[in-house]
Amino acid sequence: MAVFEGLAEKLQNTFKKLRGKGKLTEADIKEALREVRLALFEADVSFKVVKSFENKIKERCMGREILESLTPGQQVIKIVNDELTELMGGTQSKITIASKPPTVVMLVGLQGAGKTTTAGKLANLLRKQGRRPLLVAGDVYRPAAIKQLQVLGQQLDIPVFSMGDGISPVAIAKGAIEYAQSNGRDLVIIDTAGRLHINEELMDELKNIKAEVKPHEILLVVDAMTGQVAVEVAETFNNQLGVDGVILTKLDGDARGGAALSIKAITGRPIKFAGMGEKLDALEPFYPDRMASRILGMGDVLSLIEKAQASFDAEQAQKLQTKLRNAEFTLEDFLDQMQQMKKMGPLESILEMLPGIGNKQMKEFKEQIDEKEIARTEAIIKSMTPEERRNPAILNGSRKKRIARGSGTKIQEVNRFLKQFEQTRAMMKQFAGMEKKMKKTGGKGFKLPFFGK
Amino acid sequence: MGFFSKLKDLKEGLTKTRKQFVEKIENLVSFTKQIDEDFFEELEEILIQGDVGVNTSMELVEKLRAQVKARKIEDPAELKAVLKELVREILGEETESLNLTGQPLSIFVVVGVNGVGKTTTIGKLAHKLKAEGKKVILAAGDTFRAAAIDQLEIWGNRAGVDVIKHNEGADPAAVAFDAVQAARARKADCLIIDTAGRLHTKTNLMEELKKVRRVIEREIPGAPHEVLLVLDATTGQNAVQQAKIFGQAAGVTGIALTKLDGTAKGGVVISIKAELDVPVKLIGIGEGMEDLRLFDAREYAEALFE
Repeated sequence: MAVFEGLAEKLQNTFKKLRGKGKLTEADIKEALREVRLALFEADVSFKVVKSFENKIKERCMGREILESLTPGQQVIKIVNDELTELMGGTQSKITIASKPPTVVMLVGLQGAGKTTTAGKLANLLRKQGRRPLLVAGDVYRPAAIKQLQVLGQQLDIPVFSMGDGISPVAIAKGAIEYAQSNGRDLVIIDTAGRLHINEELMDELKNIKAEVKPHEILLVVDAMTGQVAVEVAETFNNQLGVDGVILTKLDGDARGGAALSIKAITGRPIKFAGMGEKLDALEPFYPDRMASRILGMGDVLSLIEKAQASFDAEQAQKLQTKLRNAEFTLEDFLDQMQQMKKMGPLESILEMLPGIGNKQMKEFKEQIDEKEIARTEAIIKSMTPEERRNPAILNGSRKKRIARGSGTKIQEVNRFLKQFEQTRAMMKQFAGMEKKMKKTGGKGFKLPFFGK
Repeated sequence: MGFFSKLKDLKEGLTKTRKQFVEKIENLVSFTKQIDEDFFEELEEILIQGDVGVNTSMELVEKLRAQVKARKIEDPAELKAVLKELVREILGEETESLNLTGQPLSIFVVVGVNGVGKTTTIGKLAHKLKAEGKKVILAAGDTFRAAAIDQLEIWGNRAGVDVIKHNEGADPAAVAFDAVQAARARKADCLIIDTAGRLHTKTNLMEELKKVRRVIEREIPGAPHEVLLVLDATTGQNAVQQAKIFGQAAGVTGIALTKLDGTAKGGVVISIKAELDVPVKLIGIGEGMEDLRLFDAREYAEALFE
């Protein structure tokens, strides 16, 4: 990860040496391409893919774009990003729906990729789109795999078709289709056992299931953390079965996910969904452009913006601004703000989405931000009565003592927090005052960056 | 089991690894007439392709370059032996063993991200220890994933060992506590605690792991005797990150590398040892109950290059 985050920096350095030279030579570009190549390797993009990708980049870099650019480093990154985005393809988070139900979806992949969990998530997602799914327990090998799917079905209140583990998956799949037809289920999701792509016997079994039930979608489930082997896996599954799409799992971790690029490039099949968490609603459409930035270590700015938009209530923000202007900002509002921030997830993960934050800065940030401190502050406010929150001036010694006890803090901490709050409020008053003045004088509206519109 | 038959098994398990890794190096060596920059660059790429990682690959090639200079090697064919030496140097010479010295009880905690094969590894490990005459007890500490407890119980039955469990959703630290009490009462030699798979980036889940550890430490001083991080051999460079963060949170003492039978690469082992110096202690090289063994660095390097 560390090496990768420095790609932008390294490219800058490579080109810095060349400043004043006036013109880039082929050797200079070769050097830059090497950095790009290593960075892609570090992100687990497959060797084969990197090689062919590199040629494309080279062509464009040798063109005029770079040579005439004042900031060749940035230009190279832009080209790489553009090409990556293009290679990843457009958004295609749709499942082929059969004209004559039921639609049959089959999930395949290596052991531990997350097929069973994904089956549950996918059923949940498609049910929201109006489908009536049936989950099929086709993993008869792994201990308790059937039970796992049954539990998921129970949690989601979606029926699970199972015939135990003593019967062939082909027969189970066939039985499931019949069951779906006679029970009004228009979507069948078949979970299969994880298998190594080199295990011929098990690959044959998948082929037999395919021949028997003729699925409309065969989705390959791939762990986002997969290394160089991803390409081989995708190739084999695609050649043997014909894969219609890919679901990338565990993308909520910190893997760069170069495997995604390899799979797309090798199979040409779209990545349709991404698993983003442990909860059963954490399956999202896959965004190719964001993945490109992620692989390049440029931060997931788009996701961050979207997250912020989803978490912040526009109306509330407006209200807050009025309050600020009138200097009515209270501890209640403060608590509100904190909770809105928290909805976006831990501060650390928000920071990770920002571009340009390297490991070193990240560490510094982490030292400064104390999530526990935030929790303590919240506890302090929550230990106050509504009246105290609106009017902190009434807080006397005994009230403070009670608050400290209630929040598990010390009275000094309560005092310190109140003092900070007063200072913040005073500052806000000043800002708000400035804004008013500016508006009056017809100047450009000065806006508080934090509170948005 | 004699050394040679053991080596044969490992070699079979590693066939894919070897084919990809060594064949490429051999091809490179036999088609190269002169040792030059292009040669080194290509070698570096082969290593990276084997999931050895950029840093470690560069380091290896750098060392190789130095050796070539020092020993005045001109024939590319000699380089394979030198590279093998260098890999072995990173991996170390010792045979790893598990710390079973706990009195009256040794406690192992098994951790890792989702889907790496923690529960399966525990099943195999229980079988192995039992075959060595140890009384083993398992604790179903994955109270999160659906049917994880059932899965461990099935493995417990197969291996013929007791499983201590709570209900789904229970506090894993409480399971650990009960398991320690039970293991003491039943005079077990070894208690192996399963934990739920978690991505190392989830701070709250890593805190949960610390709590499990604290509970064990409090009950038996000096425990846990092993904290095994299970890594999937098909994982790429993220494995290093996993080892780093789990190491900080749970105090990992060793790695169990799984699914080495199917992956084309074994390079991640070298990468982790070189960057973090966490030893690989166990490797899973097949789906059978017996297919878990102690990692022998020497043997591994041997099998990798033969």
